[in-house]
Amino acid sequence: MSQHALLYFVRGPGLQIAAVMFVLGMVYRMLHLILLGRKKNLAVPRGSEWGGGLRTMWHRSLVSGTQTSRGYFILGAGYAFHFGFMITLLFLSQHIDLFRSVLGFGWPALPPGLITITAILSIAAMIALLVHRYTDPVKRLISDYQDYLTWALTFLPLLTGIMLKQGIALGYQQMLIVHIATLELLLIATPFTKLAHMFTTFSARWYNGAISGFKGIKV
Amino acid sequence: MATSLQRGVQSMIEQIDAPMATFFSACVHCGLCADACLFYTETQDPKYTPIHKLAPMRRVWQQEFTFWGKLMAKLGLSKPVTDAELAEWEPLVYDSCTLCGRCSLVCPVGNDIAYMVRKMREGMVASGHAPDGLKEATRRAIEQGSPMGITIKTLQAHFKHAEQETGLVVPLDREGADYLLVLSSAEIANFSEIIPAVTRIFHQAGVSWTMASDGFEATNSGIQIGSSDLATELVNRIVKAAERLKVKYVISPECGHAYTALRWEGPNLIGRPYPFEVVHIIELLDQLRSAGRLRTVGMDDTRMTFHDPCQMVRRGGVIAQPRNLLDMVAPNFVEMPDAGIQNWCCGGGGGVSANPRADELRLKVFSKKKSQLDAVNVASVVTTCSNCRNMLEDGLEHNHMDLSVIGLTELIAAHLAPAEKQ
Repeated sequence: MSQHALLYFVRGPGLQIAAVMFVLGMVYRMLHLILLGRKKNLAVPRGSEWGGGLRTMWHRSLVSGTQTSRGYFILGAGYAFHFGFMITLLFLSQHIDLFRSVLGFGWPALPPGLITITAILSIAAMIALLVHRYTDPVKRLISDYQDYLTWALTFLPLLTGIMLKQGIALGYQQMLIVHIATLELLLIATPFTKLAHMFTTFSARWYNGAISGFKGIKV
Repeated sequence: MATSLQRGVQSMIEQIDAPMATFFSACVHCGLCADACLFYTETQDPKYTPIHKLAPMRRVWQQEFTFWGKLMAKLGLSKPVTDAELAEWEPLVYDSCTLCGRCSLVCPVGNDIAYMVRKMREGMVASGHAPDGLKEATRRAIEQGSPMGITIKTLQAHFKHAEQETGLVVPLDREGADYLLVLSSAEIANFSEIIPAVTRIFHQAGVSWTMASDGFEATNSGIQIGSSDLATELVNRIVKAAERLKVKYVISPECGHAYTALRWEGPNLIGRPYPFEVVHIIELLDQLRSAGRLRTVGMDDTRMTFHDPCQMVRRGGVIAQPRNLLDMVAPNFVEMPDAGIQNWCCGGGGGVSANPRADELRLKVFSKKKSQLDAVNVASVVTTCSNCRNMLEDGLEHNHMDLSVIGLTELIAAHLAPAEKQ
């Protein structure tokens, strides 16, 4: 397959396959979780499950509660990574072009220089979190191979993206192929790994908030 | 009950519902729960990280409920849970978790880890890996009617004393009363002054109440050990007594887990709604206060603080009521750091107090409570759970701290205004 054909594949059918696997995989995963169900609660409620659930879905996104150096570090680096990643993904003009071709609409891009900063911020936070995972006794104990695998799967699109943008290594076209391929790998892996937390985080928060909301407790 | 590894694993599979599977799926192994758990903060031992306590059950979930886990299991590439592993985890699941739920408050992905440990205990019991002390307490509860071996005869002796002290009758088996009062064995054994206290309060407030000879014990060891079957049997004794006496309300006593068992888990255990309501004694006293039926005289000038029992605040939602009551009698009341929903556990909840193997660890982690108390420099600590009260007294004595521990109901009773109708 020529380089051009390969680029055509990863940008066309390859991306479509990955996107469909991501969407169907996540729909299956979420349905599978939700359909496990839970027993109807026969106790007399003191508050609202939905009120508590929605509140906790939102509230746990806010910085709160932590008073330890581990807590400050994880929240700080965690926010830096997630925000950096999302801004880079959603506001680079080339990314928006791709979204426009799929969704039929786009939105204003941020200046490329700013996106370089958010990408580097995200990469730096990820490296710091990896070092922390390996050196912090608590995190090292509770980590398994998936924590490192999913770290790598998330890191690769960021790394190849910045290399592509800065013209580091390989030709532009070759790097673009690698960059899109790493993204496709991430999309395909998400439903089958703990990357699924991008969705299950919110349902987990809902259940926690609902269990407490039923009892009239705000958590 | 016949126990085996197979039954344990099967029980864990049965316990995995939508919230449980979602919690396992959402965990990103960030370790923040460690800092919320007093067993970790006071020992700095990573094995006490709350989510780590669920590691064997997490593998059961992976192998039975996830794509990769199922595939690996089919190919013989996964590590099944073993008896030796569950034996190793037993002290983590029981000795170092009080089901206090502080971890459930801080988890950034929202996992209710206490809910998870409660469910894992079902599997631990079924596999035969529960602490001997807790097994014994549960056996006594089932066979003798109380985890501390208290019988109706013992209780009646306390009634006699209370009647002599108050000049009032302690009603027993009075059909048609509005309220049925149940007590915890820790109260009956160690703090029996609660009986004259409630007798006087209810007399003053004009509450129609009774106790039941066949349903007086509120402690539910079944909930603590994690056996729904045994928990159901214990709850059912109270339900049957309440139905026999046709009461409108059952009063849960000053005991945290009894409240969880009776108020929140009970109807789900017996599989039907109650024909009565459950109210905690502190909720009832606060209702009486706001209705003007509970009146006190005089104040206690002692500098005092309040220990929120985990099952009353985070897991029970009774937060403002004790403070309303303290305001009636304690002008020098001060809050501890982290008071309220974030309060630290006494160290003895969730069956830890019934497990002598855990004593050393429990007293070690009491350093958290000590630092909270040291910060406010008080002479007394008030609480609304007799188990917390026992644990506080034990921990204070161990640390040579000269503080008195008081039950809130008794504090109110000590300042009760004379009844209008004698």
